[in-house]
Amino acid sequence: MTKTELNSNSSNSSTEPGFNFAYLDEQTKRSIRRAILKAVAIPGHQIPFSSREMPMSYGWGTGGIQVTASVIGKEDTLKVIDQGADDTTNAVNIRRFFKKVCGVNTTEKTSEATLIQTRHRIPETPLKEGQTIVYQVPMPEPLFVIEPSRTEAAKMHALEEYGSMYVKLYEDITNYGYIATAYDYPVIVNDRYLMKPSPIPRFDNPKMNNNPALQLFGAGREKRIYAVPPYTKVKSLDFEDYPFSVENWDNKACEFCGSTDSYLDEVVIDNEGTRMWICSDTDYCNGQLIVNSLNCMS
Amino acid sequence: MAYVAVKGGEQAIKNAEALLQAMRRGNKDIPELSLEQIKQQLALAVNRVMAEGSLYDCDLAALAIKQSWGDLVEAIFLLRAYRTTLPRLYYSKPLDTEKMQVQRRISSIFKDLPGGQKLGATYDYIHRLLDFKLAAENNEYHAPEIDNNNGTVPRAIDTLNQEGLIQSETDITDTDNEPFDLTRQSLSTPTDRDARLQNLARADEGFLLGLAYSTQRGYGKNHPFAGEIRVGEVEVIIEPEELDFEVAIADIQVTEVQMVNQFKGSKELPPQFTRGYGLTFGYNERKAMSMAIVDRALRAKEFGEEIEGVAQDEEFVLYHSDNVEAQGFVQHLKLPHYIDFQAELNLVRQMKKEQKLDSDNEYKVIKNIKIRPEESKDYSEISEVNNLAFGQENEANVFNDV
Repeated sequence: MTKTELNSNSSNSSTEPGFNFAYLDEQTKRSIRRAILKAVAIPGHQIPFSSREMPMSYGWGTGGIQVTASVIGKEDTLKVIDQGADDTTNAVNIRRFFKKVCGVNTTEKTSEATLIQTRHRIPETPLKEGQTIVYQVPMPEPLFVIEPSRTEAAKMHALEEYGSMYVKLYEDITNYGYIATAYDYPVIVNDRYLMKPSPIPRFDNPKMNNNPALQLFGAGREKRIYAVPPYTKVKSLDFEDYPFSVENWDNKACEFCGSTDSYLDEVVIDNEGTRMWICSDTDYCNGQLIVNSLNCMS
Repeated sequence: MAYVAVKGGEQAIKNAEALLQAMRRGNKDIPELSLEQIKQQLALAVNRVMAEGSLYDCDLAALAIKQSWGDLVEAIFLLRAYRTTLPRLYYSKPLDTEKMQVQRRISSIFKDLPGGQKLGATYDYIHRLLDFKLAAENNEYHAPEIDNNNGTVPRAIDTLNQEGLIQSETDITDTDNEPFDLTRQSLSTPTDRDARLQNLARADEGFLLGLAYSTQRGYGKNHPFAGEIRVGEVEVIIEPEELDFEVAIADIQVTEVQMVNQFKGSKELPPQFTRGYGLTFGYNERKAMSMAIVDRALRAKEFGEEIEGVAQDEEFVLYHSDNVEAQGFVQHLKLPHYIDFQAELNLVRQMKKEQKLDSDNEYKVIKNIKIRPEESKDYSEISEVNNLAFGQENEANVFNDV
C-alpha cells in the first residue's frame, strides 16, 4: 500500500470502524472509476473491470453496489429501489449497507436523490440533469441468448454484427405475431452498440432515450460496466412495420392513487384469486396521493 | 385499505439475522465450539475454505466455518468478502516445492524413486467402516514416530524430463511478462495458463471433481497418471523492491499434484508425455488432482487436440467454476422478481387471448397442425382432403355442414 493510500484511508474513514469509506479501498474505487469513464466514452459498450467480492452475494446487486461505491461522495443523497419500491428487502438491505459504510443521506424521493441505485425499474418521475442512476445487471451480454461464448459475442459487437438478434425478433413475429420479449428488451445505444437495459420491463425502455441523467450499469459477477451518458439516443429494436410498443393494463388504475400511466403490479388479495393493481413505484404512488388530496382541497 | 403488500422492512431483516444467530448456537447447555477446536479437528474443512476462499489464514477460516453454521460454501464466501478489503502488498517469489517439508509424497508411475514414497496421513487404505468408538469421547490416539525433516526432494517427473519424454514447461520467471492476477484483473477469454491455473486453484472442488471425472469417462479423454502428489510445508518468500534481499514471510501447507498424460503427438509436436498441474492451500488432495486433470484438459488447444468435452472448453470451465459467483446467481432467484413476472403475465395473457381468438376461427384444426397459411389455402376447400388429414373432429364438422 502506498503512503497516499494510507492517508486517504484515514481521511475517508467510514462510519463502520475497520472499513474504508464506501467499503472499497481507494485504489479499487479508482480502477472502477476508470472503467466507468471508458464506458461513458463508448456508450453501450461493455468494459471489463476487476469486480471484487462484496459482503453481499453475487446476484444481489454487487455490480451496482461497486459502481455506487466508486462514485458516491459524502454530499450525495442516495435512493435505492428494487422492483420500483424503496421498501423491498433487497433495497432496504443495500440502503442499510451504504448508510453503514458511508453515512450518507438517503431518501425515498426520486427528485431529492443525486444517486439512485435500482434493480428492475426506472422511476416514473422523470430524472434530471446531474442525477446518476445505477442499474444492477445480472447478464450484461445481449447476445448470450444467441451466442453463449463471450469470445464470439465480443467479435460480433466489434463487427456490429447484430443480424442474428433481428432474426430472433423476426422469429417471434412469425410465431406469435409480435415480439415476445417482456423485459430486458434489447436496445441500440448511440446508433452503435447493442445493449441490455438490465431486466427492466419493456415499459421502461423509452425512459432511457435522451435521458438527462447519467445511466451507469454494473454487472458484478460478469465483471462488466457499461453506460449511457446524458442525452444519448437509446432505441429499442423493432421493425418499420412492427414498431416497438409498451405493455398496457387495459385501462386498469392503481388502487391507491388511481394512476393509469404508471407500471402496475398485480397483487392477489384473497384465496378466490381476486386481484388488485398498484403502482410498482412506491415514491411515485405516494406523490400522486398527495397531488390527489391537494386537488380535493382546492 | 385492508391489504398491505408484503414487503420486508429493516426490522424483518434484523429479526432474521437474530434468529439465525440463535439457531446456529443451538442448545446453550452444549459447550460452544472454539476456533481452536475447528482448526484442529475440522482441519480439512479449514483447508478447503482457505483454498477456495483464496486466503491462507487458518484462524479466519475457522471463524468463517463457525459463523457459517458449517456451510463451507458460505464460509468460503465470507472469507472472500473479507479478502476484498485487504491491499495487495507484494507478489511472492514462486514457491519452491522441491524444498517442501514433505508430510506425504507418492508417485504412481514409479515403484520407488529418490526421496521415497511416503503415505503420511491418508484415508486411502482405511476401511470405511463407521468407527463407533469415536462416538464416545476422550479417545486417545498416538501418532507413530516419523522423521519429518527431509532435505530437497526432487520432483518425480523430472526424471522423464531428463530423457526428453515429457513436454517441458516454459519458465516465465525470467521474462518481462507479469503474471496475470485474477484478483485484480478481469478474466477474459481466450486466456493463458497462468490465469487458468489461478481460476482453477480457487474453483469449486465439486465442480472440478465432476469435470475431471467426465474426462476419464471419455468426454475429452487424456489418460492421466498421478506422476506425483506431495503435501507439506513450503516457505513463502518475498523480495521487496526497497530491500535488496529476500524475506521468508510464512510457512504454508500446500498440496501439489503433477499429472502425466499420454500424448500421441500432433503436426507440430512429437509424441511425448504432457502435464497437468494442481496446487491448493492445505491438505486437499481430491481438489488438487481434479485441478491437475482439468488443467491438462484445458491445454487441448495448445496441443492441437480436438475439443470434444466440456472440460476442454475454456469458457465453459472458467466462467462456471467459482462457487461464490455460482451460488450467488443461482440463489438470487429468491429475490423479488415480480416486475419481470408482471411483464411476463401480461405477455402470456395476451398470447392466450390471441390463441383463443384463433381457436374460435374455423381454420382451427389446420392451424393446430402447423400447416402454413399459404399451403393450407390450397387444401382447405377440399373437404375430402380435410377428412383424410384431420380425422374425426373434422368429420363432425362435415356432418354439421351437411
